[in-house]
Amino acid sequence: MASIDNLRFEPPPPFPEAEVLRAEVRAFLAEHLPKRAITEGVGSWGGHDRDFSRKMGACGWIGMTWPKRYGGHERSALERYVVLEEMLASGAPVSGHWVADRQSGPLLLRVGTEQQKNSILPRIAAGECSFCIGMSEPDSGSDLASVRTRAAAVEGGFRVNGTKLWTSNAHRSDYMILLCRTGEAGEQRHGGLTQFLVDLKATQGIAIRPVRNLAGEHHFNEVVFQDAFLPGASVLGEVGSGWQQVTGELAFERSGPERFLSSFTLLVELTRALGPDPSERARIALGRIVAHIYTLRRLSRSVAGMLQAGANPAQQAALVKDLGTTLEQEIPEIARQLIDAEPDRASTQDFVTVLAHTMMNAPSFSLRGGTREILRGMIARGLGLR
Amino acid sequence: MSETRDLVREAAERLFEKHCGAEIMRRTDGGEFPQALWCALTEAGYTAALVPEAAGGAGLDMSDALSLLVSAGRHAVPAPLAETMLAGWLLSAAGIPFPEGPLAVAPVREGDAVTASRDGTGWRLQGKTGRVPWAARAAAIVVLARCEERNLVALAAPGDCRIVGGANLAGEARDDVDFSGVRCSVGAFAAPDAAALRSLGAVMRSAQMAGALQSVLETSVQYARERVQFGRPIGRFQAVQQNLAVLAGQAAAATAAAEAAIEAAAHNLHSPAVAAAKIRAGEAAGIGAAIAHQVHGAIGFTQEHRLHYSTRRLWSWRDEFGNEAYWARRLGGELAAAGADRLWHGITAAG
Repeated sequence: MASIDNLRFEPPPPFPEAEVLRAEVRAFLAEHLPKRAITEGVGSWGGHDRDFSRKMGACGWIGMTWPKRYGGHERSALERYVVLEEMLASGAPVSGHWVADRQSGPLLLRVGTEQQKNSILPRIAAGECSFCIGMSEPDSGSDLASVRTRAAAVEGGFRVNGTKLWTSNAHRSDYMILLCRTGEAGEQRHGGLTQFLVDLKATQGIAIRPVRNLAGEHHFNEVVFQDAFLPGASVLGEVGSGWQQVTGELAFERSGPERFLSSFTLLVELTRALGPDPSERARIALGRIVAHIYTLRRLSRSVAGMLQAGANPAQQAALVKDLGTTLEQEIPEIARQLIDAEPDRASTQDFVTVLAHTMMNAPSFSLRGGTREILRGMIARGLGLR
Repeated sequence: MSETRDLVREAAERLFEKHCGAEIMRRTDGGEFPQALWCALTEAGYTAALVPEAAGGAGLDMSDALSLLVSAGRHAVPAPLAETMLAGWLLSAAGIPFPEGPLAVAPVREGDAVTASRDGTGWRLQGKTGRVPWAARAAAIVVLARCEERNLVALAAPGDCRIVGGANLAGEARDDVDFSGVRCSVGAFAAPDAAALRSLGAVMRSAQMAGALQSVLETSVQYARERVQFGRPIGRFQAVQQNLAVLAGQAAAATAAAEAAIEAAAHNLHSPAVAAAKIRAGEAAGIGAAIAHQVHGAIGFTQEHRLHYSTRRLWSWRDEFGNEAYWARRLGGELAAAGADRLWHGITAAG
């Protein structure tokens, strides 16, 4: 009994007002969604468009749950959920503010100094300020506690040396939240880590180089710190508390609609390509996928409700991400069996190009934000097995 | 979740715990009817859970009543609780008093139809139906028949019908019933049609499957903690942990899908949430049962171990009141007809 209770999902709280907001968001999208290649919506939060982010900020849809004194709007997690899912389902270019809104802003709110909060949160909320996450390194992927980038205390601050890898959007971000080793790891391996708020535009000694993914796209970067000086005021939270801060931050990252809508553009184009009266086999496949989406959406909103109520549903979030990314990866495999076409990114047919892009992005779905194996390990911990 | 529902569920868990022990499970598996359990279910008001208070029912709202079946599924309750609840719902819709004893409902299979014609002050039935749960053991069979292009609810006596006994994989009675020429003195027209009956049946089986998956998850986790091989509990091995994590995901998905359908059923039996629940819980049933057996090894494959009370029910229930393909074909057909640009609207409108 106990093992199951750790993984209990409270029903999402009823929230009829959300439908009013949903209508507003849809009207906004009808007016402002920029003309773009249909493939930009593939993979969730892929498209980067500062102008679009600013427009969303003007609507009050970034930093929605934050206190007003920091530029936020003091709305509920469930209202925020509506905005997120509408943006993702339409393939809107939200990557300019995505990480800051989801992860970095809430982290700043929790552990930042007044000065950090005052100077940065209002700019994030306005859609003016983008963040990247400096966690992974060449030898530290899932085993995050093994990071080697070192921040050595010097007069007035820290001097940083080391290399971060797989840093999405570092080349177009204003800030990085950087995880560094500042002391000894200790027996639990989790000590001696510290997070820093790094101004990428104003810090000397940082080199950002592209790492193209297998689709030839540039999202990833290698970020090399060579004697980069960070002032003492850039420490984020407590020196030595980096591990606790990072694991709390990841809980926000795992359960949102971006964890099951990455292939949604393909599902829409599949439905279009199948037409209004498809084969029995196609109906069964489509009905099954949508049944999964209904269920994931409920689980995901349940986590949003639990976060809103102040709970820490980290294991539930891991479970939603595991189920969601499994479905996201299944969709291209199912789609290609229903429409007889070779995936081709240069095709003039929307289904064919979206299939190609989704297929080539799909491996990342169960890697980013914690691999499937790590997530299942967390679920097993919730079950009391480790 | 309402507080009433929590209270109802806690009381139900206690009752099922008490009355569905190893001995009862073994005896009912051999074909015996659990009389003491049935009396307890009746006294608690569960059998009349979908009958309004004014008609002598329990006065539970529909969602609270249906959520009882999640608990019933957890305990593999070896009695026609869901079927009698379903019968109570049909009878209430027709304004017919709720009789005592276990009840069956027919027809339950797509394509099976019973027709009725007036016969003096009563009705005469025609038609054959298959796989009717508990028909031979029921005090009465509640028949939803077509009559003068309307839906007639009639009470048939099992003794008047030609019944060929059968069972599902869990050993629960599933009988073929020939109603040809059977005369019913009690009957009334009602709003629910065969589609509504099928939907409510699907919600019930989804709820039961969700409960059964919770139970096989608990049993499997417990076993993995206790069973020692290579000098440590098998639950310490990552390969086993990863499989149990998948099982936990399937149990959570089935539960969420069933809860959504339970909420939706109270105001719209044709909600896509109903189809989604039967599809999702049915899929979870197969994956979950397979992992549970893999974790349990040979002991879980024996009659002696209790695991099969849940897994054989999962294998049966997923195919009753329409399997995954049946509901997915319907749901997929509706979504395709609405068109690609309405797909997301359809998903968010389902709640």
